[in-house]
Amino acid sequence: MGKMTLADLKAMRDDKKKEIDRRETDKSVTVIIGMGTCGIAAGAKATFDAMIAELNNCDVVDVVVKQTGCMGFCAVEPTVQVIASGMPTTIYNRVSAEVGVRIVKEHIVGGKLVSEHVYDNPSKDILAD
Amino acid sequence: MHYSLSDYLADIAHNSIEAKSNYVKITFCEFDKIIEIVVSDNGCGMDEETVRKAQDPFYTDPRKHAARKAGFGLPFLIQAAETCEGTFSISSEMGVGTKVRCTFGRTCIDTPPLGEIVSTVTALMAMDGGYELEFVRSLDGEEYSVKRSELLEALGELETAGSINMARIYVNSLEENIQHNKTGEA
Repeated sequence: MGKMTLADLKAMRDDKKKEIDRRETDKSVTVIIGMGTCGIAAGAKATFDAMIAELNNCDVVDVVVKQTGCMGFCAVEPTVQVIASGMPTTIYNRVSAEVGVRIVKEHIVGGKLVSEHVYDNPSKDILAD
Repeated sequence: MHYSLSDYLADIAHNSIEAKSNYVKITFCEFDKIIEIVVSDNGCGMDEETVRKAQDPFYTDPRKHAARKAGFGLPFLIQAAETCEGTFSISSEMGVGTKVRCTFGRTCIDTPPLGEIVSTVTALMAMDGGYELEFVRSLDGEEYSVKRSELLEALGELETAGSINMARIYVNSLEENIQHNKTGEA
């Protein structure tokens, strides 16, 4: 594709919007990616890219994607939190680009947790006995 | 250490966006001998003491991370620039803003790869908040710039996967254009 103008970008958006407006959409899914120093060093930008691409591949373009700083889990970055109606709010750890793609397919589209990456037991040393 | 120059950029640009800035300017330029990255903002700024501490890896903003004693953003960048035939400077004034400038030797073997410039800029445009972000990119005299306000005007919002993807396609077309003009390939 050649160099786009802002008018091209607006036209692209208008086309897409017509398509989206024709169907029922669910704006209740939010994905939050940890993008602090630790997240970036662990590859969170590749995860961000892969998840945006897969959300578009799966045609779930109305999912809100946010970035946040360090969530305090530096040892298990990249971390991704998924908030979706009908599903428990989940923090995933060690989310490489490949795992990010699985989260989109299995959790957001399929309604099933990616169990082996769920962060269910943070920092044993600070949990009460 | 970060893997690429784009990762260093993302890290320090987050500081600017989080410093309550309403205007952030990033320039990412490849000149003959050096690669220069400048991030300036009109955010809260820092006093002299804090500027000094921010360059210490065992310091972080106590409001940001009350229980922690490490902050690697700027120290990573300083170390990388200084080991890659480059330079680092920071200037800041309380209530006025902060400017970080770093350079890397373009042919230095230790200079990290550029990384994903397009993705980095797109992600920075899609952070929360009402800030303006101007990104100016130049490569051997070819140049383009993108403003967050322009993207918001064209797309309506920059928080959904659909809009972020379209912003990425747009920025990518600008980046490919200067790469193409540089190489002169068909």
